[in-house]
Amino acid sequence: MSNVLDSAIPVACWSCHVAQNNLTLFCSHCSKIQPAAAGDFFQVFGLDRTFQIDLEPLEREFHRLSRKLHPDRFARASGREREWSLVDTALLNDAYRTLKDPLFRTEYLLKLEGAEIGEEHAGKNRKGDEKEFSRAPADLLEEVFELNMQLEEMRASKKMGETDEQLQSDLAAAKAKFESLVTAVDEDLRQQWKIWDEGDAATRETAKTAMVALLDRRRYLSNLVRDVTEALGE
Amino acid sequence: MAESRVVGIDLGTTNSLVAYMEGDQPVVIPGVDGSNLVPSVVALDPIAAGGGRPTVTVGNSARRALIETPERVIYSVKRLMGRGLAEVESELRLFPFRLADDIEEGEVPRIQLGELRFTPPEISAYVLRQLKRNAERYFNKPVTQAVITVPAYFNDAQRQATKDAGRMAGLEVLRLVNEPTAAALAYGLDRAKEGTIAVYDLGGGTFDISILKLRDGIFEVQSTNGDTHLGGDDIDNLLLAVALDEIHAEHGVDLRAHPGAVQALRKVAIDVKVQLSSEPVAYFDFELPNGDRYQREIPRGVFEQLIEPVLDRTVGPCKQAMADAAIAPAQIDEVVLVGGSTRIPAVRQLVDQLFELSARGKKAHTDLNPDEVVALGAAVQADILAGASKTTEELLLLDVTPLSLGIEALGGVVAKIIQRNSTIPASATEHFTTGVDGQTNVAIHVVQGERELASDCRSLARFDLKGIPPMSAGLPRIEVKFLIDADGILHVSAREQRSGKQAEIEVKPTYGLTDEQVESMILDSFDHAEEDFAKRLLIEARNEAETILTKVEQAKTTPPWGALTDEEQASIEAAAMRLRSVKVGDDLAAIREATLALDRSTQRLAELMMDAAVTSAIRGKTMDSAAEELEENVTAPHPMAPAEFR
Repeated sequence: MSNVLDSAIPVACWSCHVAQNNLTLFCSHCSKIQPAAAGDFFQVFGLDRTFQIDLEPLEREFHRLSRKLHPDRFARASGREREWSLVDTALLNDAYRTLKDPLFRTEYLLKLEGAEIGEEHAGKNRKGDEKEFSRAPADLLEEVFELNMQLEEMRASKKMGETDEQLQSDLAAAKAKFESLVTAVDEDLRQQWKIWDEGDAATRETAKTAMVALLDRRRYLSNLVRDVTEALGE
Repeated sequence: MAESRVVGIDLGTTNSLVAYMEGDQPVVIPGVDGSNLVPSVVALDPIAAGGGRPTVTVGNSARRALIETPERVIYSVKRLMGRGLAEVESELRLFPFRLADDIEEGEVPRIQLGELRFTPPEISAYVLRQLKRNAERYFNKPVTQAVITVPAYFNDAQRQATKDAGRMAGLEVLRLVNEPTAAALAYGLDRAKEGTIAVYDLGGGTFDISILKLRDGIFEVQSTNGDTHLGGDDIDNLLLAVALDEIHAEHGVDLRAHPGAVQALRKVAIDVKVQLSSEPVAYFDFELPNGDRYQREIPRGVFEQLIEPVLDRTVGPCKQAMADAAIAPAQIDEVVLVGGSTRIPAVRQLVDQLFELSARGKKAHTDLNPDEVVALGAAVQADILAGASKTTEELLLLDVTPLSLGIEALGGVVAKIIQRNSTIPASATEHFTTGVDGQTNVAIHVVQGERELASDCRSLARFDLKGIPPMSAGLPRIEVKFLIDADGILHVSAREQRSGKQAEIEVKPTYGLTDEQVESMILDSFDHAEEDFAKRLLIEARNEAETILTKVEQAKTTPPWGALTDEEQASIEAAAMRLRSVKVGDDLAAIREATLALDRSTQRLAELMMDAAVTSAIRGKTMDSAAEELEENVTAPHPMAPAEFR
């Protein structure tokens, strides 16, 4: 483990001194690698900010840029080119990882657009599980209440070393139900993507609010599915 | 190639190898004994000089010392790399080594070897230095840059320890490559394959599973999983435990008190294991110190039952890797088997079931030697890094980090900042602030692992951010950037954003050596300086010249000399005179040339001397023993040939 020096950000190419826009990873004139400047993940791939992304061309571009930027291409280059290659490739990888995954991408773009997203999809800061019940979507309150009872029973009978087959099949059914609800949320999200991508400022604002709510609902449902799966011991 | 060669090294638990690209093919470089495998065994020679570097032997000769002087020998040190005291202590119960007794928690454990103590990276450095020397002998040039392979599931500390070992051995480690990925590279090299492949790598001490996607020469790892403490060693230990228990029960002898005998018995156990890969039954036959014999038949079925729990431990990681890659067994196009333990038929059956191979009319790939394939892949990666090669210019490896990176948040919970199986290099930026007015430093605890509590994950380091300008609590905004490089090693930098000041970071690695410690452990500093290398070669060449000149002088007093013609004698005299005159100079090539010339001119003299030796050997002996001696003599090298010269 060691420290990385923060690189300075030149406005001109360090090698041929031709002026650069501050987002390029290569000099437009001499093709030398440039230190990554502040920019968003869409800009790394030269894409407009949209929720719908064609994954095939994204992968091709990822491979093309990897071939040029990867530290393996700079193993015997100068110290600063090696460092830039490292930082640029990390940015490229972070960008690809985020954009290729529909949920990561949705959260990321919503945040770029100024939305407040609660607990992140990645399972970051998983705490306060006890609060979940109070955050249950209104239409699911009853079912969630029943499910939590069943989960308690399941855990209790497991502790006793018993298997309650009725309970088990009830839980399996609940799991299937909540999984189908997740799928439904995903479908709704895709519709909102389209609305946002094609809409004007006002439509976008509505779509944004809708997507934030959908993500909340999805996260809640996924946690339920996870809990049931754990209780079933699958 | 203007620059020196980059070699690929497989630093294994049991055996190590060095390879390079010869044209468009990776080739393993043999050692002096002609063997491709250098056992990863290091022995301290009996007479350690007072002070200075100890004399050590590495490889097969060290392995022989294992039975004679077990307290001066260490093997399987890879299992101890980058590990803390508590972890090493539990590991050592299975091995005959002792720890130095004055180590404190937090220090890198040192192993007592005879009267000296060594850290695991130092031991590995001796193995690496041997491989470096083998390559230098082969190329006749210094070798200073290498790619070294590590188990894909190695954590940050284990990777750093491996890099440290390289530095101690005088090698600049251009890249650490994951073993299964290297194997995939060796397999995919000449096929231009597309598709999804799984690499199942069960070696001497570690298990890895990696799933890769191949496309247009890009090897993109989708997921990896494994166990850094699972391998052939565990199987040996099971057989050994059975034998030790039975010997105790049947013969009343507890061999555990005799390290030498245990090592001898371990060797028999390994032979039994190896035999059972090709035979339905194998036998223990072992002489006990009291003269009794322990004899035991082990049918393959019994062996398979015994090792089933070990093999079953590979199933979970395989399933997890497939789940992480979001892939079903039926979507895997090819499976590659790596590591000596995959020769065991039961392992092959397990792999077949796991990936539904025969059900789909497929077979796992075993066409490359499972002991060599990782080193061959490392050589390919070395060639990629060296650049300027047509064969590999289209190839690129995109590997992943095997474990999630997290920081300890309030309540000891882990906040994950880089998920496992993220393509590396990968980075994450986090913001921290102060909790008390005027606070000038913030501590960050970084961990690696999948569990939710920091105490269940592996501690990587504690960072102390210092020099924060005193402000009200919550006002400073410290941006910390975490970056995992292409070797899978973490780097951290920080900046206080309100003042724009680069925050000073003090890193306390939980496990590992400091820079200064590594520096002080560098084996021989002259090894990597080019001019010193030239000096060493010159000294060796002069010694060779001296040896052959002495032999010629001695030969002149023997009868065969008289049997030569005048011209033959004159040409030898002339060649000897020429060698004597260039020997005092510094021209390495001239000395070698003259040595070879003298050697060629003495060809017939050597033959005559050989005949004379054979005749005198046969005289007065029975035909049988003479024939035996003859055989030995015939395979002996040319009596005047400079040994190990070309």
